[in-house]
Amino acid sequence: MATVARPGAKDPIYEGTRIPSPIPTVLEVDPAVKDTDDILTVNFGPNHPSTHGVLRLIVDLDGEVVVGVHAKIGYVHTGFEKNMEQKSWWKAITYAPRIDYLAYQNNELVFVLAIEKLLGLEVPPKATWMRMLLSELNRIHSHLVWLGTAALELGAISMFWYTFREREMILDLSELVAGYRMHTRYFQAGGLAEDIPAGFYPECRKFVEWMPKAIADYDGLLRKNEIWEERTRGLGLLSRADAIALGQTGPVLRASGVDWDLRRDDPYLFYDRVNFRVPVLPHGDTYDRYRVRIEEMRASVEIVEQCLERLSRLEGEPWIADDRKVVLPPRAELHTSMESLIHHFKIVTEGYRVPEGEVYVAVESPRGELGCYVVSDGGPRPWRVKFRAPSFAALEATATTVQGAYIADLIAIVGSLDTVMGEVDR
Amino acid sequence: MLFADVPGLVSETEAFRETTLVVEPARLVEACTSLRDEHGFDMLVDIAATDYLGWGAPGVSGYIGTAVGRNLNRPMTQGLQALPAPKPKRFSLNYHLLAIQPGAPRVRLQVWLDDGEPLPSVVPVWPGADWFEREAWDLMGIPIEGHPYLERLIMDEDWEGHPLRKDYPLGGEPVRFSGEE
Repeated sequence: MATVARPGAKDPIYEGTRIPSPIPTVLEVDPAVKDTDDILTVNFGPNHPSTHGVLRLIVDLDGEVVVGVHAKIGYVHTGFEKNMEQKSWWKAITYAPRIDYLAYQNNELVFVLAIEKLLGLEVPPKATWMRMLLSELNRIHSHLVWLGTAALELGAISMFWYTFREREMILDLSELVAGYRMHTRYFQAGGLAEDIPAGFYPECRKFVEWMPKAIADYDGLLRKNEIWEERTRGLGLLSRADAIALGQTGPVLRASGVDWDLRRDDPYLFYDRVNFRVPVLPHGDTYDRYRVRIEEMRASVEIVEQCLERLSRLEGEPWIADDRKVVLPPRAELHTSMESLIHHFKIVTEGYRVPEGEVYVAVESPRGELGCYVVSDGGPRPWRVKFRAPSFAALEATATTVQGAYIADLIAIVGSLDTVMGEVDR
Repeated sequence: MLFADVPGLVSETEAFRETTLVVEPARLVEACTSLRDEHGFDMLVDIAATDYLGWGAPGVSGYIGTAVGRNLNRPMTQGLQALPAPKPKRFSLNYHLLAIQPGAPRVRLQVWLDDGEPLPSVVPVWPGADWFEREAWDLMGIPIEGHPYLERLIMDEDWEGHPLRKDYPLGGEPVRFSGEE
């Protein structure tokens, strides 16, 4: 079987740096050939099915080889950050998951964690375990959509049908827990919005039993597939040093041989209490990015299993903190307690106040370090919310990774960075 | 003072288990180089610009408190618990740095600027700063000096104003009439 020769695991991915100079995100055509007839400038996007949203690339081609690329973004800028400044903290949570429609649960989590950090709020263990469980299900969901669409772009249509079958199972679980398939707003400052329904556990166990077989199927379809290997191996190279210099995180960084995962190295929630593997691969190419994501799905299933085991021992425990200044009182109390009614009214109309200060909270989203920088002036609305979107940083690596690639591989390489344009433009 | 040797350091504070270093804008590049090379902060994860126009003033964030706290008997004082501490200048830029090593040390590098005050680019230190600086210029209007390609990133090239500023209008857009030149 013909496979592209790759350097060994210990060898450097490439010597020196490939980050373009002077503009790190724009690959410029060599001035010697720029004005010759050999260079063809092609506009790619902003509306193209393989850009995962509305990304525009201006590509300079020498024959079929990419010699220049300029990425343009901003086509789905919706002003999330500005909008969140106008809403009470309580209402602003609704915006967070909509920033990234594939990692909605992680986006919700990072904003809620930022509010809790400013408030100094303790969250009950049941809520923390459930947050972890849903974040991991969400990671699988995001990787499934990535895998389906990335394979689709290289012609493997059946992958898309298989991954969307399992994605549907995760969306059904979401619906069972929160009533919504996506953008659940199930995480609340202080814990969870509602208790976990009893029917969730058996359904989730079924999924945990099913999923490893499904992942083995995907891997069986692609891993040794000759076409897939030839289209991904040794392409889209990003060295360890370049990945760090460009601020790459998540699977892109781990596929370049950097052993870094915030869940293990900077633990939040209860990630320090579960066992899981962090897949790291050395070649820094599209193929390794695929492998890292496949392995991450396996690790996520293991974490979900451990969360389920812990949650089964927390039956009947509280799911949200008992702080009446921040958390809505139980619905039943509203009919009997005047105090509860007042609290309910104040939280919903005016919102709760969050102490003055600034915090930065980071979580490991499916795409890497998802950060949230929040400033509070002590009032009922955030003064400033800034999301550090991992896709935004990943897209900065476009010019470095596509150098010398064929135009057909450009799609696979940009796809392997796994960007969600909603998150890039916010 | 772990960071006493950082060039241009104005203050080092610890709040919410996070370290904030305020440095002089003119010596930003030196400070960044020192943090990268001597303190091991090899990754720039984020640049967040914040506009503090109207910080603690009436009508900006709900209602206004007084210096001593809220007076429940006076109308329009139910918003803030107390007036927030004043800020040195209008804009702050926050560089969130991360070291890829055990314990995941993080630090926030902060600079304060007035409207129109230029700031040196850190692209030579971290190439990944490219888009983050363009975003700060585009949405917040921070003129970055020495950036290789300081064009608008998110908004259109001919857009006027910087939308994330506090004085940017929230709704509506100017109406163009037919026949108008």
